[in-house]
Amino acid sequence: MRFLFKTDYEDDIRLFPHSGYIVSYGILLAFLAVAPFVLSSYLVSQLVFVCIYATVGVGLMILTGFTGQASLGHAAFLAIGAYTAAFLQQYNVPFPVYFLAAGLLTGVVGALVGFPALRLTGIYLVIATISFAFIVEEVLARWESVTHGNEGMRVKTLWLFGQAVPQNGPTFYFLCLAVLILTIVGTLNLLRSPTGRAFVAIRDSETAARSMGVNVSLYKVKSFAISAAITGLAGVLFAHKLSFISPEMFTLQLSIEFIIVILIGGTFSLHGAVLGAIFLVMIDPFLTYLKDDMPGIIAGIAATFGADSVTAGKIYSNVAAVASANGLKGAIYGVIIVLFVLFEPLGLYGRWLKIKLFFQLFPLYKRATFKRQKIYVKSERNR
Amino acid sequence: MLDFVQQLVSGIALGCVYGLIALGFVLVYKATEVVNFAQGDLMMLGGFFAFTFIGMLGLNYWLGFAGAVIAMAAFGMLAERVVVRPILGYPQFSIIMATIGLGYFLRSVVGMIWGTDDFKIETPFSDGVLRIGSLVLAYDKLSVIAATVILCALLYLFFNRTTLGTAMRASSENMLAAYYMGIPVKRVVSIVWAISAAVATAAGVLLAPITFIHSNVGLVLGLKAFPAAVLGGFGSIPGAVVGGVLIGVIESMAGFYLPQGWKDVAPYIVLLVVLLLKPEGLFGLHKRKKV
Repeated sequence: MRFLFKTDYEDDIRLFPHSGYIVSYGILLAFLAVAPFVLSSYLVSQLVFVCIYATVGVGLMILTGFTGQASLGHAAFLAIGAYTAAFLQQYNVPFPVYFLAAGLLTGVVGALVGFPALRLTGIYLVIATISFAFIVEEVLARWESVTHGNEGMRVKTLWLFGQAVPQNGPTFYFLCLAVLILTIVGTLNLLRSPTGRAFVAIRDSETAARSMGVNVSLYKVKSFAISAAITGLAGVLFAHKLSFISPEMFTLQLSIEFIIVILIGGTFSLHGAVLGAIFLVMIDPFLTYLKDDMPGIIAGIAATFGADSVTAGKIYSNVAAVASANGLKGAIYGVIIVLFVLFEPLGLYGRWLKIKLFFQLFPLYKRATFKRQKIYVKSERNR
Repeated sequence: MLDFVQQLVSGIALGCVYGLIALGFVLVYKATEVVNFAQGDLMMLGGFFAFTFIGMLGLNYWLGFAGAVIAMAAFGMLAERVVVRPILGYPQFSIIMATIGLGYFLRSVVGMIWGTDDFKIETPFSDGVLRIGSLVLAYDKLSVIAATVILCALLYLFFNRTTLGTAMRASSENMLAAYYMGIPVKRVVSIVWAISAAVATAAGVLLAPITFIHSNVGLVLGLKAFPAAVLGGFGSIPGAVVGGVLIGVIESMAGFYLPQGWKDVAPYIVLLVVLLLKPEGLFGLHKRKKV
């Protein structure tokens, strides 16, 4: 058991509280560095998607997790980033320039969305961001001179320092990983700066934050801008990874998936963004596995419990029918979201913390440590 | 002029459906401060129940209608008990996510059971038109408007004339105080969910002749009903219907007079403008906390 004594602010905001962190993150980084050379190309491609989704997750986490402003419009920011990249690329603008331009433009748009959002809280803000996303989607579909409308745009191969970076190669993976790591480190630094403290203060109580001298409107707009800018950067990588973008890829569905990332991962932690992204990306291979192997396994279990071959065959075909039904992914999403909200609102990272704490305190652990309290009286309507 | 009236009536009819879904949002929100993102999907499920009773089992239209409403009321109570009650009082975000999850689940399961095709319910109003001069009004649209008016009147009477309705208003004002006064708040909330699911079902069945029902119809219409509820001020029952009609008319007019593409966006643009000018909606009460 390790005791961490924090005697001043510097101790509290340290990036690595003790050497164990350095060791474990070092191992993780070493694994990620060799991953493209040992894993199959399919898994590497999935890892690229994990990086992109995790980047968006970090962006959304700043807004929703740390500033407490819900947004169901982040697909629109992703779209703006992706389209900026695709548009500038036509004029042979080099990658670093359009990458930063996309981030900057999305950040500005995010600030513009942030201003009207200042007066809105809770459900009104959610609706406003959904409306914004719909408008962006429609603009992308109609502004044909720039976006080619519903035909979509082809995104050319990425060129970096005179080298082609194909979207399936290891270099692209390293690029995405670098963007993710830089985003995470940047966000960590942001969160321990006065700005980040102000964000958290606003999340916990707007009134209290205001009375402490925090300029609430300014920081809300800042939060929107930063969150959008990070999402826009991820959008550039997203466009390159798919090498084709069209308006119907950036729907409400995608925004909800981003929310799933931070919800399943854990709403108040950056680890959560990464864990949630891993979950979201890996559900597809998991479903494939379910389709291919599940009927056989269940029929096998039935056979060992004495089912005859006819019954086993029936079980096999029934399970196969359910496993390959169209909406299975949606149903699984739905059930998982509800279960997480009901039983583990802190997400996967919260579960990990609980397991860790259990072993740290082993004989003394009490069930009630993490018991949640009902807060009936704290009413949203009184805001 | 004739075109205008024609568009106005079909806009109002569509708007009434939005209004009915929005009514469901508002009922639940008023009682429990829960925003039910699955309301549109409850409507869709109601439509499918009605389709099963009428289209597949061959029941009489009114019987099937009633059956679907009762089944959905029970389902609403079940959903409240399983998904919402355990997290009452948690931050809005959690509840929004839980209901989004419920909606996802319903959409997918309906898609798995009934398939993802379009379905049609034969109704007594399916064909036939009312001619006033050269104005042609379809019965199905008029039936939606009439049903909305009747439902609103019934709800009004229920809330203002019955003990249960008064209990509901009391618990929506202050749940804790109502509980201390001996109102069984949990049961009241259950019944609110039942009513809201029943109203959604009515909307779904009325809608069936105008648009076909399919597993995604709830998402599409639910997302239109949101602006309706917000426009009217979340928490105002007349506001929901007025907001719905406004959204319907705006959409219908934009589809007719403006270039293609405006139809789907116009309601949201209007919504954003209204939110900018009057963040609590048109009919919303701006409550200030007294200290």
